[in-house]
Formats: sequence, C-alpha cells, structure tokens
Amino acid sequence: MTDPAINPLSSKLHSWVTTADHKKLGVMYVVCGMFYLLVAGCEALMIRWQLAVPNNDVLSAETFNAFFTMHGTTMIFLVGMPILLGAANYFIPLMIGARDMAFPRLNAFGFWLFFFGGLLLYFSFLGGQGLSGEEGAPDVGWFAYAPLTSTTFSPGSATDYWIISLFVAGMGSIMTAINLVTTILTMRCPGMTLMKMPIFAWMMLVDAILILIALPTLTAIQIMLLLDRQFGAHFFDAQAGADPLIWQHLFWFFGHPEVYILILPAFAYVSEVTPVFSRKVLFGYPLMVVATVSIGFIALGVWAHHMFATGLSPTVLAYFSGATFLIGVPTGMKVFNWIATLWGGHIRFATPMLFAVGFIAMFTIGGLTGIMLAVVPMDWQLSDSYFVVGQFHFVLFGGLIFAVFSGFFYWFPKVTGKMLNETLGKWQFWLLFAGFLLTFGPMHFSGFQGMPRRIYTYMPNRGIDLYNMLSSIGAAVQVFGFGFFVVNVLHSLRKGKPAGDDPWDAWTLEWSTTSPPPPWNFATLPTIASRRPLWDSKHPEDPDWKYE
Amino acid sequence: MLVFGVIGIIFVVTEGALIWSLIRYKAKGDETKEPPQIYGSNPIELAWTVIPILIVFILFLVTTRTIYSLDMQEPPEGALRVKVTGHQWWWEFEYQDLDVVTAGELHVPKGVPVFVELRSADVIHSFWVPRLSGKIDCIPNRENHLWFQADEIGTWYGQCAEFCGTQHAKMLIRVVSEEQSDFEAWVANQKLAAPEVPTPLNGKEMFLSLACVNCHNVNGIMMQGGFAPDLTHLMSRKTIASGAAENTPENLKKWLRDPNSIKDGCRMPNMMLTEDQIDSLVEFLTTLK
Amino acid sequence: MTSQPNSNPVPKMLPHGHVGMMSVITTEIFFFASLIVVYLAYLGKSISGPTPEELLSIGLVSVNTVALLASSVTVVLALRALRASNQKGFLGWLLLTVALGAWFLVGTAIEWTGLIGNDHFTLQTNLFGSTFYTLVGFHAFHVTFGVCALSFIWLCGSMGKIQKKHHQNIEYVSWYWHFVDTVWIAVFLVVYVIGR
Repeated sequence: MTDPAINPLSSKLHSWVTTADHKKLGVMYVVCGMFYLLVAGCEALMIRWQLAVPNNDVLSAETFNAFFTMHGTTMIFLVGMPILLGAANYFIPLMIGARDMAFPRLNAFGFWLFFFGGLLLYFSFLGGQGLSGEEGAPDVGWFAYAPLTSTTFSPGSATDYWIISLFVAGMGSIMTAINLVTTILTMRCPGMTLMKMPIFAWMMLVDAILILIALPTLTAIQIMLLLDRQFGAHFFDAQAGADPLIWQHLFWFFGHPEVYILILPAFAYVSEVTPVFSRKVLFGYPLMVVATVSIGFIALGVWAHHMFATGLSPTVLAYFSGATFLIGVPTGMKVFNWIATLWGGHIRFATPMLFAVGFIAMFTIGGLTGIMLAVVPMDWQLSDSYFVVGQFHFVLFGGLIFAVFSGFFYWFPKVTGKMLNETLGKWQFWLLFAGFLLTFGPMHFSGFQGMPRRIYTYMPNRGIDLYNMLSSIGAAVQVFGFGFFVVNVLHSLRKGKPAGDDPWDAWTLEWSTTSPPPPWNFATLPTIASRRPLWDSKHPEDPDWKYE
Repeated sequence: MLVFGVIGIIFVVTEGALIWSLIRYKAKGDETKEPPQIYGSNPIELAWTVIPILIVFILFLVTTRTIYSLDMQEPPEGALRVKVTGHQWWWEFEYQDLDVVTAGELHVPKGVPVFVELRSADVIHSFWVPRLSGKIDCIPNRENHLWFQADEIGTWYGQCAEFCGTQHAKMLIRVVSEEQSDFEAWVANQKLAAPEVPTPLNGKEMFLSLACVNCHNVNGIMMQGGFAPDLTHLMSRKTIASGAAENTPENLKKWLRDPNSIKDGCRMPNMMLTEDQIDSLVEFLTTLK
Repeated sequence: MTSQPNSNPVPKMLPHGHVGMMSVITTEIFFFASLIVVYLAYLGKSISGPTPEELLSIGLVSVNTVALLASSVTVVLALRALRASNQKGFLGWLLLTVALGAWFLVGTAIEWTGLIGNDHFTLQTNLFGSTFYTLVGFHAFHVTFGVCALSFIWLCGSMGKIQKKHHQNIEYVSWYWHFVDTVWIAVFLVVYVIGR
C-alpha cells in the first residue's frame, strides 16, 4: 500500500483508478465526457470551416467524411452516454438515500469498458484505413449503413474500429443500466415509495430500462457486421440475397430509443432545476411519471421514421408516422408541466436556470420541427437534408447539452464544494445561445433549399451559400462560449466560493449532506415522507406530504 | 400548409407562455415567503393531454391521406418510364421504352408524368431533385420507385441524398424539362450511334486501345463497358463527372490528366496518360455530340 | 434526518440479485430476439446453397434438447437439496446439471462437425449459413458460460465452501440457466421446426 506521506500523487491516482465508489466513478465519467465534448466540438469546427464557403478545400473528402462520422459517434457514445450515466451514478444513490449503487464493482467495470472503448475509437486515427485507404478513422457515418460498411466498399480497418470500440463501450452502458435499475428499485430509503422518489430517479429508471432493451440490438448487428467483414458471413451482402434494410431496421430499433436514452436525463436535470429556481414544486408529478413511462414505451415503436425514404409500403409509413405523432403528446405534456412550474413562481435567473429555460425553449422548437418530419410527404423532402441536421441539433444541443450545462452548474457545488462563477456562467450561456442559434437556425433553411447531409462541399449559387456562412460564423461564436466554460471550471476548482451543503436552497436529499459528500454519503440514512424531504424540514408548518 | 399552421400555433402558444412566465414571475429579490406551491391540476392536465391527442389525430389523418394519394405503384397511361441506377458516384439513366442510355443529365418532356424505377449498383443512394419531388432511396437488391411531373420548362438541380462514400457530395443530378418536340429531338439524337468524325490525332484508336472501352460504352464503337457512364453523347451534357465540373475541353483534359483533381477518390483510375494522348482523346471525345 | 409521522409504510424492497439478474435476462432476451428476427427475415432468401430442409435433422437435436431441458429440472432439485442442507444431494444434482449441459454442447459440436465436415456448410456458405451459425452459436456460447458458472459452483461446493445461506445467489445463477433453456426452446422451434 503506497504511503501517502511519501508519494501522495501516486496514492491519489491509485485511489481513483481502483475506486468502486459511485461518486468517484461519476466524476470520472463526466470528466471524460466533457473532454470528448471538446474533441467532438473541434471536429465540428473543422466541418464548419470546410463548409463555410462553396467548393472549399480545407479538408479532403475522405477527411471530412471521417470527421463527421467521428463527430456524431463521439457525441453520442463518448459524450452523451458517459455524462448522463456518470451523473446518474453520482446522484441516484444520494437522491434516494443510499450509500452506493447496488453493484459497485460492476460499476467500475462498466466505466473502464467505456474508457477503453473510447480510446480504441480514437486510436483509429493512427491506425487503420478508411474508405479509400487514407484516413484511419471510421468514415461511414455514425449509423454505418450497410452495404457501404462491407469490405467491398470499406476496405481497411476503419469500420472495424467503429464496431469493436462501440461494442466495448456499449457493454459498459448495459452494465451501468443494470446497476441503475437495481439501485432504484431496491435501495430507496424508508418512506420513499416509487411515487415519492425524485423525478430524476424516474427518468433514469425508464432510461436504464430503455438501454437494456435497445442496446442489445446494436450489439447484435455489430456482431453480424463484424462476421461479414472478417469471417465471410453474408448478413448484409446484397449479392447473397441479403436486404440492406435489415441493418437499418435493427439499427434504428436501437437508434431511436437511443435518442430518448440521451434526452430523458436532460428532462431529469431540467425537472430538478426548474422547481428550485422558480421556488415552486414541480407541477403535475404523477402525470410526469406517466408521460415518462409512455415515452419509454412509444419510443420502442417508432424506429422506421428514420426510413421514410427507403420505399416502405404506405401502411407501414402511416403507422410509423402516427406513432411518431403520438410520442409528441407525452413530450408536450412535460413541456407544459415545466412552464406551469414556472408560472406563479419567484424565478431566479442563476446560470442553471438560464440553461434550463434555454432547454425548454430550444427543445420545444426541436420537438415541433420533429413533428414536421413525422409528416411523411414532408419528410420525403426534408429527410437526409440539413433540415434534419438543424432539427436534431436543436434537441441534442439546445436540448441535451443545455440541460447538461444546467445540471453541471447546479450540481458542481455539491460535487466539489465550490461555486462556479456566475458572471462567467452568464457569458457562457449567452455566447452559446447566440452561437447555437446562428449555427443551427439557418440549417433549416438550407435544408428546404435542397442541401443534403454529409456532403463535404457544395456548388455555389444554389441558394445555400449564406446559410452555410452563417452556420460557420455561429460555430466560431460558440468557441468563445466553450472557452468561458473551461476557464470557469478551472478557475472555480481552485478559487471558487465555498458552497456549503445547500447553496441553492433546494429540496432533495443530496442537499442534506456535505459538499462534497463523505464517502458514505449520509451520517445516518434518512427516512422521508414526501418528494421534497428538505422542504418538509424547512417548512414544518406546511409539509409536502399533506398535499401529495 | 396545415402542418406549418398547426406547428406555428403550438409554437406561439408554448413559447409565448414560457416567455410570459419568465417576465411576469421573475423574482423581485425582496420576497420573504415562498410562492404558493401548486402540485397539479386535474382539469388543466387533462386539457393539455386531450387537445394534443386530437391535434395529433388530425395530423395523422391528413398525413395518411396524402401518403396514399401520392402512392403510385404502376406507371399511368402515357407516362415516361426511366430506370435510374445509382453508382458510386454517378447516375445512370435508362429510358427502357426508348432504348436510350445516358448519364448525369436527365431530359424529360414538360407536363408528362415521369415514372422512375430506382436501383443501385453498389451501395445505398437517394435520388433527390427537390423542386420536382421528394427523395426515395436506391437500395441494392430492391426496386423502389417515385414519380414526378415537371410542369414548366427549366433545368432542375438535385443530388444524391444518402451518404454513399467519398464523393457522395459530387453525385449531382440535372433534370432538363423541355417542350415535347425538343425532348423528342434529344431522344432521337441519343439513340444514334456515335457520329463518324475523322480524328486526325487518332483519338478514336487511342480510346479503343487504352482500356477506356472496358468501362465506358460508346454506341457504334464498343459496347462492352457499363461500369462507367455511357459516353456516346457526352457533349450533349452540360457537365461531366455527374455534375462535378462543367463540360469544357479544358475540364476534359484536367479529368484525363488526373480524375482525382476534380473528384478525389472517384472510381476512375488515373490512366497516367501523356499530354499528347490526352489531347487526342479529348479531340475524339468532343466529337461525341 | 427524519420527517413527520405519516401513513406511508417502509416499502419492502426486493433483493439486489433479483432485480440484477432479471435485468441481465431482459437485455439478453432482446439480444436473442434480434438474432431470431434476422434468422426469420432471411429464411428462404438464400440465393444458393443448402436449405434447412436439406441439412437439418431433428433427431440428434431433439435428444440434445431433452438433455438441456432436463438440466433445468436437475438444477431446481439441486437448489432444493441445498435449502434442505443436503450437501450430497446438492452436489449430485448440480453435477448432473453440468453433465447435461455439457452433453448439449457436445451434441451441438457433433452436429456442427457433420455440417462443416460432411456437408461443407459454414458461416460463409449462404444466408442460411450465416444466420444459423450465429444464432445457434451464440446460444451455445451462453450455455458454455452457464456450464462454467455451474461448474465453478460445484467446485466450490466440493471444497465445502457452499452453505445453505448461499442459496439465493445460486438461485440467480439457476435463473440464468432457465433463461438459456427457454431461449433454446425458441431457437429450436424457429430453426428446426418452423424453419424446415
């Protein structure tokens, strides 16, 4: 055992590398995820630089194709999943009054699978061969459609890197999902029935169940593709009679729930932040739960709305269109619940709230443009165009990333014991908000003008030059926003104001312990009576359990 | 328009409520008590569940009706039939009833429905000419179809809309819609074999001897290719390399010098030709009107 | 911290292993469902090469199936013995379970040797080859994993390390074993009955 007095750094490192403590693992997940956010952001910057003007030659076709593939793959699997699962890892035990997750060692194993999966994916830049044997990184799009991914059309190992790294990281996600389901269902403190746990816990429960159901399908097709590529199987071999749509059906059976897997935690963060900063209880908790569960169910039945242009029969088209419309209903219910929470409150516009409100506004737009895409004949124009790129960035950036920043600013004091700087936070918010709108707003219009996705350049004077230039300027603005974030974090870690246990005057259990929490989380495990235990203790004359 | 209207109204109502509440209920800083805690409201929650369900139902009915009304499984009477095959990274057009094969540029008569059969020779592509119709994918082992009708004279731009590899971005489509008489003249020309034009620089012989014919068909000279665009009437097209460059002798020379200079990573290998060979080949190619 | 008295009872929580193993089984169900869906989608679609009717014989596989299903019974008996503190009975039934599982694997190996050696039928032959070996193969892989886990328990038991108090955890392993058997029923029906 390393003597800390002799070599403090190595023993500290040792404690992090060997930890099974949900809090340390949570921090590691989020730190890695934030790192990859910057990496994928740089990939996006290069993409926007290349697309700023027509017929640009900053990036070759091959490099561009690798960059947009890596940007998408990284954002979803190495940014979204780890940050969301890491935050859940950290906060679920605290919120439900437990000392750790149900399976701490499985937790650690899951983290390291993600860690090495990510390294393997990025190692591809050094090794492997892309579509035409030049770049090493995968360049087949993040969704890797067959038969482009067969060895005929993708010789070299780039696609194999994609398969294996995501397979490994995916295993980690499944393990974390098992842990989350078990923890939430079996480790709630006395008094915390399912309908009394924080809404965050409900969102993560449904999220984890979706992971358990959807991720294995991706695993299965990854195995099939690897067998095709390396062992001569014919799963996606058109010459042997295979149907390329099999890849698409199964991929999107995973892929659509995946976007809900990404957004449910965002809903969780906003649902925790909005009440605290409006000083009001979350409006309509029971129906929020119903809406969340409904979204989980319906999400499993809409996958082919990503395939409207593949020549499906009218009946199939109509069903998937209808199901996609339907999922808008519970989603809309949530938006209304959040607005109703704000209504009549005393709203404090600290940085977490700015991002939460930004989320509500931007996600609503993304949801509505998504409804447009569900209208099949409109989708025949808009699918695979920049309209879709704009739409999903509204939900994933204006939605998910804004919610992530909201949660980050809200819970950073709990994790580190220090407050983030409010001024820097506000600068970050407004720069990101402006940059985000400038980047992704015009994309809706270039999509309408006929600009397809995944093109490394475009002809001039087709009506899209201005929109592309605006998008690229917006990307440059975002750089400054992210810059403020990095500076804020680094500065606050050292010189941030001490936070105390409960800097925001909040109501859920994590705020009842110290900042940061001790390894055992709570001195004594709590017993609760309502959804807001700290409201009850702060307002003994008017506790929640009288009204729930 | 209905969709835009519905979305627009929902947008205004929702964002409006959001912005209003942010302004109206901003904390004034001097509050001592927490505001009234409202846990929920059954009538309100019922309303904002039921009304969206109704809206969604209407959208569903309208969408379904449109899907079925646009669906066309068989070509109607008098329609022009075209078979479109997507290749990496060019478009092949075959007019089955007219015995015409061409590439990159699709001519159609104005006011006539065009029934397009979509196929792929390799990976998934997608045929999209936005001003004429929505897109449908070209999937290997599968026959998809779409139809459109150009009601005006003009040139319509489109391009492949499903990522298909390195040069997906330069797999462009030109659709030229013209008067019936012009269309028929174009067809008549396309059906002819390559004109017999003397080529002092021996371009034709060079074309035959340099393995060009292994990929490129030229009607009347050699028809054993098929992996690459048919060049019989190359000069009747405004662009080369499926829209990647304008069809000029300079660009033809540039292409022959090194195809990767125009379309990096394309399937045509650099034939390592000398300048003389290039000059004579281009002289020959420019006779293919 | 405590809250005011209220009428909410302390919720009775399930043991971790219950939910954990059910989660594992849930996720595995969807994995196998994907493989089965692809198998069914490609049934009859091979352009060339042998078909299930030509190649698959139900005889040997039926015997294997009976062995595997019997092993589900024996593992229940093993658990019952353990709960009655009957070490000999526990070890005996468990060993039989392992043996039946191993029989299934050996039987699969024999079938495959015949298919590959005599009929030259491999993953690469055609669509049927790809889907067959993948589906049956991954099931066999899961059986192998189960056999290893049960063998490990048997080894620990034969060294005297397993007592009645461990019965819950061993039951979770038995659930996994039952699941593997149930998947086999589905695979057997799809591949050897419906598909032929």
